[in-house]
Amino acid sequence: MSAHILPLHLNNISFMANGRDIIDGLTHRFEAGPLTMIIGPNGAGKSLLLRICHGLIAPHAGQVDWEGPQGASAQRYQAMVFQKPVMLRRTVLANVEYPLKLRGVASSERRDRAMAALERTGLVGLASTPATVLSGGEAQRLALARAWVMEPDVLFLDEPTASLDPSGTREVEGLISAIHQAGTKIIMTSHRADQVHRLGDEVVFIHAGRILEVTPAKQFLKRAKSSQARAYLAGELLLEP
Amino acid sequence: MDGIATGIAQAFGLIFRLDPDLIEIVALSLRVSLTAVGLATLIGLPLGAVLAIGRFPGRTTLVVLLNGLMGLPPVVVGLFVYLILSRAGPLGVLGLLFTPMAMIIAQTVLITPIIAAISRQIIRDMWVSYREQLLSFGATPFQQAQTLLWDGRAALATAVLAGFGRASAEVGAVMIVGGNIEHSTRVLTTAIALETSKGDLPLAIGLGIVLIVISVCVNAGVFLLRGETRIEGAGR
Repeated sequence: MSAHILPLHLNNISFMANGRDIIDGLTHRFEAGPLTMIIGPNGAGKSLLLRICHGLIAPHAGQVDWEGPQGASAQRYQAMVFQKPVMLRRTVLANVEYPLKLRGVASSERRDRAMAALERTGLVGLASTPATVLSGGEAQRLALARAWVMEPDVLFLDEPTASLDPSGTREVEGLISAIHQAGTKIIMTSHRADQVHRLGDEVVFIHAGRILEVTPAKQFLKRAKSSQARAYLAGELLLEP
Repeated sequence: MDGIATGIAQAFGLIFRLDPDLIEIVALSLRVSLTAVGLATLIGLPLGAVLAIGRFPGRTTLVVLLNGLMGLPPVVVGLFVYLILSRAGPLGVLGLLFTPMAMIIAQTVLITPIIAAISRQIIRDMWVSYREQLLSFGATPFQQAQTLLWDGRAALATAVLAGFGRASAEVGAVMIVGGNIEHSTRVLTTAIALETSKGDLPLAIGLGIVLIVISVCVNAGVFLLRGETRIEGAGR
C-alpha cells in the first residue's frame, strides 16, 4: 500500500438541506488497508458522505483532512465510480485514455496504460467500440477501468452494482476485489448485506446522517453492535429517529 | 400560368447551362454565408460553453440578452453594421462598406447569438449529467468545456445549421451593407428580390431553386450525421 494521502480524517462533518441535517456531526478516520463498506438504509446519507469525502460537495461544517504526506494534492490520488457512470461519446479505449490525457500523460504511454487497464477488466475486445452502446455491466467495468488506470490511492464507489443483473454484479465485484488486491483503498456504499458478505472487510453503518458503528464485516453480519444495524439486517424498515 | 411554366423551364436551362452569372452569384452567396457561419461558430460555441458552465456575476443577464438577440431583424443588423462601416462611422477608414467583407460581418453579427444561445442550451443539458464525472477526473474549466463541445458535437451541428439557415436565407442585412452590386456583392437572396421586381422571372426562379437545393442538401447532410450518432447512442 502506497502512503500518499491516507488516512482520511472526517472531523465533525455536517451537511444540511431544506433545513434538515442530512449528515450530522460525523467524525471518522478511514485508514489504509481494509475494503470499507458504508452500509445503511436509503436516505441515510451514504452517497452524500462519499461525495464529501471525494471533494465533490463541501460540507457546511467540519473538515475533510487527508493526513498522508501528499494530502495537499489529494485530488490526484483518488477516483470515483458512480452508480450510473457517464460514458463519454468516444470509443472504449478513448474513454480510458481520457483521464490520463487530462493529467498530461504522453500519448504513447497513455495508450499502453489504457490497453493494460482494458486487459485487466476484460474489455480489450471492445476497445474500438463506441462506449455509448455498452451494456450496463460493460459500462460499469469501463468506469472501473477508467478509474483504475489513474492508479488511485483511494477509489470511491457509489452503489456500483445497484442497476446490474447478477452476472454483471459478479463481474464488477470481481474487479473491485482485484483493484483492492492491487493496493487501492476501496470505500464503497451499498445497501445490500449479501454484498458485505462477499466483499467487505469492515463496515461503517450509518443511519440518519450519523455513524452508529464501525465493525469488521464478518462480525457485523453475525452480531452487529447497534440495535438499528441488527434491525436493518433483519430486514426491518428503519425510520428517522 | 404560361409565364410561370416558361419561367421554370428557362430557369432549368440556366442551371444546366451553368450560366456564368448564376454561378458567380451562387459562389459569392456560399462564400459569404459559409464564412459568416465559420466565424459565428468560432465565437458562438465557446461563448455558449462559457455561459453554460461558467459562474460569474451578470451571467443570467447575458443569457437573457443572448436569447433576445436570437430574433434580431436582419435589416436592423444591416443598419447597425452600415453605421459602423460607413465613412463617418468608427470603422469607416477600412473602406469595407459595399464589399463582401461587410456582408460577412453583418451575417456574423446576425447569427452568432443564434449559435451561442442554442449551443448554451445543449451544453447546459449535458453539463447536468457530466458535471460530477468531470470534476471527479479533476478536469479544469477549459478541459470541461472542451469535453462538452466534443461530446456534444452531433447536437451542436444543429446549432450551426440553424445559423447557416438564417444566414443563407436573409436578404435585409446583405442588401443594406452590400448594396447588391452586380459582379461584386450580388448574392442569391438580393438577386431574387431584384430580378423579381424587374420582372425577370426565369432568373429569379432559377436562383430560388438553387437556394432551396443548397438548403436541403446542407440539412440532409447534418441529418445523416445526427442519424449516425443516434444509432450509436441507442444501446444494445
